[in-house]
Amino acid sequence: MTTVITINQLTRCFKETMAVNQLSLEVHAGEIFGFLGHNGAGKTTTVRLLNGVIDPTSGNMRVLDLDPQVDGPALRARTGVLTETPSLDERLTAWDILSIYADLYGVPKKTVKPRISELLAEFDLADRANEKVGDFSKGMKQRLALSRALLHRPELIFLDEATSGLDPVSAHHVNELIERMARREGCTVFMCTHNLVEAQRLCDRVAILEHGRLVALGTPAELTRQYVRRLDVEIEVAEEQTEIALKVLRSMPQLVLGEPAQPNGALVVTINQRDSIPDVLASMVQNHVRVYRMAPQEVNLEQVYFTLHEEKEGVQ
Amino acid sequence: MKARAMLAIVRKDLKVVIQNKNIVIPIIIIIAVFFIGLPWLAGLAPTIIHGLGGQVTSLEGLLTKMPAGMLQELAGYTISQKVIVFVLEYMLLPLFLMIPLMTASMLAADSFAGEKERKTLEALLYTPTTDRELFIAKMLSGWLAAIAIALGGFLIYAINVNAAAWSLMQRIFFPNALWLVLVIWVVPALSGLGVSLMVVVSARAQGFQDANQTAGLVVLPIVALFYAQMAGAIFINTSILLLMGLIVWLMTGMLIWLGSRSFRRNRLLAG
Repeated sequence: MTTVITINQLTRCFKETMAVNQLSLEVHAGEIFGFLGHNGAGKTTTVRLLNGVIDPTSGNMRVLDLDPQVDGPALRARTGVLTETPSLDERLTAWDILSIYADLYGVPKKTVKPRISELLAEFDLADRANEKVGDFSKGMKQRLALSRALLHRPELIFLDEATSGLDPVSAHHVNELIERMARREGCTVFMCTHNLVEAQRLCDRVAILEHGRLVALGTPAELTRQYVRRLDVEIEVAEEQTEIALKVLRSMPQLVLGEPAQPNGALVVTINQRDSIPDVLASMVQNHVRVYRMAPQEVNLEQVYFTLHEEKEGVQ
Repeated sequence: MKARAMLAIVRKDLKVVIQNKNIVIPIIIIIAVFFIGLPWLAGLAPTIIHGLGGQVTSLEGLLTKMPAGMLQELAGYTISQKVIVFVLEYMLLPLFLMIPLMTASMLAADSFAGEKERKTLEALLYTPTTDRELFIAKMLSGWLAAIAIALGGFLIYAINVNAAAWSLMQRIFFPNALWLVLVIWVVPALSGLGVSLMVVVSARAQGFQDANQTAGLVVLPIVALFYAQMAGAIFINTSILLLMGLIVWLMTGMLIWLGSRSFRRNRLLAG
């Protein structure tokens, strides 16, 4: 597996504030990598560091086998960045902006016009190409900024809150495009986001940042297994055995937390960890309870995020 | 250096500036007052004074205090012609320098500080331009615009000066060698100095107004030059202009060299 980004003990301080604190991670070619964290967690600073736009206080990194501090211009020619704010000159037209940035990114002159037309059509902006950006809606600006980031067909793209401010249809369209870039075109996507549902659905792996420090790294499934210990399990037993089942469950307070609920006839219990499920089942069977179904409810990235956040706040 | 990328920045800046009322309106006012209003006021003044029964000779006292070099230049003219030549060719000469300097400074003040204010800078910093290319392109935008305005303004001024003074001069007397040296040699140098100085200031300022306040200070030496010429303390002739241009070119060169060596994009976002 080719590594596209290698970060080792990366630290960046702004006066008293430590924006990025000893960050170490790797991003592999072709993956959609989610970079999650609260506002001010250090996501944007990391993107700036990885593109050689600001220098680190300490630590080192390699991006596309280049050192951002030394080879910034060569690196930026191969990356595309969608900034948190669209960063568009409102007095210029969409076409002006894309043609100026095509020159800045060195898009071959012959391909500039077809490439701009292709992107404007792709992002549903072709009809507004010659209108000033100041008249665009927030969603249109975001789509234009995204097309600018893709102009030169980057190998690695950084998306800082790509779907923020977009309506559901546009957001869905952008997400489809992100998936297509990674899955079909082999582009690596480094995606900073607050949107945990989006991250869960799109990302191959995610890193969670808290106050500049990496607190979790892995696939969404790995993280849910690792960090969310408690989980709700739905148990379906024979109706006449509900009382016995409840007695059995109440007899295991170390495994079954709290009082079981009974919505829609089935029992829903909170179990202390995934590994306790076989023990609970065994105990039911030993007590002659006929179990028809035992279904752990799916844990999502949101629960991982809040578990980590609560742990961190608890420590502080 | 990537010329195509630098020209793209110049193109972008000029397109944005043309649509910025905060910059365009002051420039139009300056052009209207200086290149059109003043020539007609000065050119018609002797005729108006005569018409009102006044005497232009009262200005002769002022001219006698001028340096010998200037008096020599004015020899052979009638008193009305002397007034016109003195005002339009000599008195307003230092003032003309303020135009490219002010324009260049205003445009350069907008370069980084304006982009920061409009939140458009970050996308530019993520492009594959080097720090030096970014600095020089930003400088070029202001410099080219200032020179274009100065040359255009000079043409407008020349037409208006000759037209306004035609009844008294009866010939095309403007421009003289002094003005040609000024426009071809000194104006580009001074614009370059103003621009390079202001790009450095703009990179450190938080907004356009912040940078533009400093731009106002850049014209102070020119105002001093204007008063010195008015008071007869100095007489700006061709040799002085050539020397002045050389000094300014050297200062500009040094500032560009220092600026392009010390300019770092990471400082623009490091706050």
